[in-house]
Amino acid sequence: MARHVRSIVLTGNGTNCEMEMAHACRLAGSDVVDIVYVSELLAGRKRLDDYDFLNLPGGFLDGDDLGSAKAGAHRIMNASIRGTDEKVSDQLARFIRDGKLILGVCNGFQLMVKLGLLPAFDGDYATQRVTLTFNDSGRFEDRWVYLGVNPRSRCIFTKGIEGLYFPVRHGEGKFIARDGEVLKRLHAQQQVVVQYSSGVSGEPVMEYPANPNGSVDAIAGICDESGRLFGLMPHPEAYLHYTNHPRWTRETLPEEGMGLLIFRRAIDFIRNNL
Amino acid sequence: MIHRIEVGFREGIRDALGEKTKRKIVEHLGIEVADVRTVEVYTIEGDLSPEELAAIAGGPFSDPVIQYFTIDKPAARSFNWLIEVGFRPGVTDNVGKTAAEAVRLLLGRGREAGVFTSRQYCLTGRLDGAHVERIASGLLANGLIQHYEIIPARDWDPKRGSGPYVPRVVIEDDPATEVIDLNVDDRVLQEISAGRVLALTVEEMKVIRDYFLRESVIRERGNVGLTSKITDVELESLAQTWSEHCKHKIFNALITCEDEKGGVTVIDSLFKTFIRGSTEKIRKSLVPYDWCLSVFVDNAGVIAFNNRYSLVFKVETHNTPSALDPYGGALTGIVGVNRDPFGTGKGSKLIFNTDVFCFASPFYDKPLPKRILHPRRIYEGVREGVEHGGNKSGIPTVNGCIVFDERYLGKPLVYCGTGGIMPATVRGEPSHTKEIKPGDFIVMTGGRIGKDGIHGATFSSEELHEGSPVTAVQIGDPITQNKMTDFLLQARDRGLYRAITDNGAGGLSSSVGEMARLSGGCEIDLKKAPLKYAGLKPWEILISEAQERMSLAVPPESIDGFLSLAAEMDVEATVLGTFTGSGKFHVRYGDATVALLDMAFLHDGLPQMRLAAKWVPPRYPEPDFPEPGDMGAALKAMLSRLNICSKESVVRQYDHEVQGGSVVKPLVGAVNDGPGDAAVIRPVLDSFEGVVVANGICPRYGDIDTYHMAACAIDEAVRNAVAVGASPARLAGIDNFCWCDPVESEKTRDGKYKLAQLVRANQALYDYTVAYGVPCISGKDSMKNDYIIGEVKISIPPTLLFSVMGKMDDVRKAVTMDAKREGDLVYVLGETQNELGGSEWFAHHGFVGNSVPVVNAARAKALYDALSRAIEHGLVASCHDCSDGGLGVALAETAFAGGLGMTIDLRAVPARDVARNDHLLFSESQSRFVVTVHPELRERFETCMEGHVWAGIGTVTAAGAFRVTGLGGNVIISEDIHELKNSWQRPLRF
Repeated sequence: MARHVRSIVLTGNGTNCEMEMAHACRLAGSDVVDIVYVSELLAGRKRLDDYDFLNLPGGFLDGDDLGSAKAGAHRIMNASIRGTDEKVSDQLARFIRDGKLILGVCNGFQLMVKLGLLPAFDGDYATQRVTLTFNDSGRFEDRWVYLGVNPRSRCIFTKGIEGLYFPVRHGEGKFIARDGEVLKRLHAQQQVVVQYSSGVSGEPVMEYPANPNGSVDAIAGICDESGRLFGLMPHPEAYLHYTNHPRWTRETLPEEGMGLLIFRRAIDFIRNNL
Repeated sequence: MIHRIEVGFREGIRDALGEKTKRKIVEHLGIEVADVRTVEVYTIEGDLSPEELAAIAGGPFSDPVIQYFTIDKPAARSFNWLIEVGFRPGVTDNVGKTAAEAVRLLLGRGREAGVFTSRQYCLTGRLDGAHVERIASGLLANGLIQHYEIIPARDWDPKRGSGPYVPRVVIEDDPATEVIDLNVDDRVLQEISAGRVLALTVEEMKVIRDYFLRESVIRERGNVGLTSKITDVELESLAQTWSEHCKHKIFNALITCEDEKGGVTVIDSLFKTFIRGSTEKIRKSLVPYDWCLSVFVDNAGVIAFNNRYSLVFKVETHNTPSALDPYGGALTGIVGVNRDPFGTGKGSKLIFNTDVFCFASPFYDKPLPKRILHPRRIYEGVREGVEHGGNKSGIPTVNGCIVFDERYLGKPLVYCGTGGIMPATVRGEPSHTKEIKPGDFIVMTGGRIGKDGIHGATFSSEELHEGSPVTAVQIGDPITQNKMTDFLLQARDRGLYRAITDNGAGGLSSSVGEMARLSGGCEIDLKKAPLKYAGLKPWEILISEAQERMSLAVPPESIDGFLSLAAEMDVEATVLGTFTGSGKFHVRYGDATVALLDMAFLHDGLPQMRLAAKWVPPRYPEPDFPEPGDMGAALKAMLSRLNICSKESVVRQYDHEVQGGSVVKPLVGAVNDGPGDAAVIRPVLDSFEGVVVANGICPRYGDIDTYHMAACAIDEAVRNAVAVGASPARLAGIDNFCWCDPVESEKTRDGKYKLAQLVRANQALYDYTVAYGVPCISGKDSMKNDYIIGEVKISIPPTLLFSVMGKMDDVRKAVTMDAKREGDLVYVLGETQNELGGSEWFAHHGFVGNSVPVVNAARAKALYDALSRAIEHGLVASCHDCSDGGLGVALAETAFAGGLGMTIDLRAVPARDVARNDHLLFSESQSRFVVTVHPELRERFETCMEGHVWAGIGTVTAAGAFRVTGLGGNVIISEDIHELKNSWQRPLRF
């Protein structure tokens, strides 16, 4: 019998894409979809342990006041769950150990990177090795971008997908690795999942605006070594139906938006493998 | 102890903010600078060990991949000049607040530390002291809210750095209440009003004085220990409640209006006669399905979306604060208007923002009058404020526009609109109504109260003058508000409160005072109110407009649940008192009563203003320039006009897609950069029903006749909405009047004319909303948009923004403005007349003219119905409204947005009395569209249009050529669409 899939969409403290992310999980067939406030985790009323698929949506955690998602990451690491010594990060560690799936989009990706959940070399999910910082343009921008998908990546979310088209909506999306070694290893281990591309070929581009933020090697999203944790700056949950596409009134498009593919891969994987 | 943690970018890491600052220094100020690097400074006040400081610096305060930090020594490295900019005491420091929370989390319970942030700009280059002073005061810091220090390299101590600057608010805590003697002569009354920024007239002061002489009043006040003299709390409370801002005195005045023929009419309230009057009339015609649910009674208007949901909409302005501090003013404007739909009925979830700005040219190059910021600085600051307010709140900014006119130099207009959605019923009760019972608790949630925003209501009821108070400026905090709205929507759905309202202008005095009308009175203790810092006087607590606060009525049985949910979600909530049925507005500070006013007097004691208006139609010289020889060049010049050109650089910086329901975006077309006419969103993701949002604004026509200006604004808003597919039968309007002072006085000698302009605009509003069946559901006015300092007076042009929110049954039928494919037929709908008065074409030649566009409502309405049917049947490939720049601009935009060419024959355009090509191309006759249609649908489309004015005027072509044959039969324009597009994009590509 097919497994029951339970998705959690974490929100609160400035997160703002929870509604469409939850909608994406539902459309992709998740049996349970709960939008949960971080405060509910901290109050001990909800636990990550009760879910299989953790969604970290976009937004502005704590206003990105100390750098994108910094204060949010800090809360997950340091705030105790009421009446216990446990931190949300302890639940997260268990979630990962159990082989469950995490998707971080935009601010959620920034959060994963700053927590050290990505790229998590050698199973170390607590050391920050890369970052997402201010766009070279120095400004927030909303624009649609083409993504080339690495066919050799182990990323579960993009299996069999060749190219994607999603909007970016961020001011701090420039991907930088700590050093050349980290960058080399990311490529060598096929953890670079999606790269900004011109759309014509799938080749990575460095030119603005196709590469909207100046990301090193045009990196738009990476996964961990297992392929079960995935973070990206562009928003798959913003393209669930053809009417979301900026040119739907002039192009013939499939009913379902490309973003749904990402969520389907995740839900199907959980149903069949966990 | 005071410590400084400084954070800079590592060698080799790009400092995008530094680079952006460098660009601004070069572009805005024309000063050459070689390099700018930034350093973030956190000044921490608290007892912290070196280990703790290191944990803070290396933890939440810096990014180990790209940044380095220093503790108690400077991070800044080689530079010629250093400028450090921090906030003045009491100014909202959002980053500092987040930083302090992070410190608290790291150190554990009970270990508080204050954190103040500042930023260093390290400049390299051949700069002298005067340059650096200009950079600091003219670009980096706003002296009203910020403090800056300039340090040349030669004075730099690399061990010590810049000295610590701690903007702590230190005020002696002296919560005293003053009493004021109003039994004085008129001159003194006037002085009291002016000295306290009360904006009350002598007549109003006398009404207040007389109230305090009533025997019953004296007796009742005596019972609670008050003398017969008014307290400062009472006077301030009355002043804000009676302010123009809150009571709309001019809109409710008795106006004697004389027309150009000497005929006199008396109007008892413009608002009741024309605005509410038109809505009442329209609603009668909607029966049996009156989809207006709540109009003019709440913070925003409410209409039905479907059986399950209701829609809420409001548009506000935040002009004067934006003039003083563009960033903070605009940010507060947007998060402020968010609270209107949020505080309507039982509360709504916010689903869109729409913003319209009116500025002087960013390229203004004449001397600036005193206290006025350069329009480029206003433009950038307002843009950024709305960006942060909208984006950080997670509300998509779906539509808007920017209007330019030199007269907005004195005061920019910053219109911010927000829509919301709520379930039609909450726990079985209609969601759009409010009820409060005596005994319900008065609860304030969200931010704390400070001196910020004191006198905003009265201050915006005056012109901008030398003494305009700094405390009226404030900075919004979208994240505190976001946390509060998250909490309150949960509380709403659990039924934990009975009523909600916003703390905006007038603060608690206004929110609690208004809510108390529902129960019949209130008793409130200001001592319980949470403060940002000590030292506020009771009257300040009562009227402070500190942001991010909502007031609620919570029934006793729900109070525990309400407060514990607030605590869990880290939102401050405080019981301040109870609603009563006493008929009194009763305010205490601890045990002592500091105000006792009859509710009836507070709300209805204000005497009606009596005003006079006289309409004399102005007459301008008729333009006498010849038809240009090169019409292609003329078209390009028009596309480059500020009011026509692309606003993409602004639009891109607003998130217009968050919440996942974006259907028609502000940028559309082959490469996502054409100008969308109106927004379409899908607020409920499992439904295809949509909301359409559009705006109309045309202040230039008001120079000729505000009647036609208002008619054109309404037509434009409706036209835009219909162009994307809105049903004309389901549009609701919001009027937002921004006027210059229309009350005749020493300062305003032409007050009668300006008031007549207001009367005429209102008459048009009545006539056209009724003709179109588009009811106003809420509105706003801002009546003192003047600047008077010394001999200089600048008044804005009378400006009406008409915004519409509509419904679309199926968003999959929506249409965008870009030409779709080669071979499609190009049509123009509507008649072109010789109506260039107030047009962009005349303005381009320095003329106003007289032939203002006149809207034929009956004909337009029939055309809109027909077009709407054609769109509904899928017969229209593209539809673009003709507005500024007329047919020529609309055709060019349709072509280049679609990445396609066009062949057009002007001889086919339905026109009356138009003899010149330039007039035909650039006349701004209303109610016209450019439509493209697939050839196979030609017959069906033309059948749909039977009985209306329309014509096929050309075809869409593949090649990028835009070719127009003129009235004489010769080709008058042959341009490459990329060239046209470039002309359109270049001016504001900031």
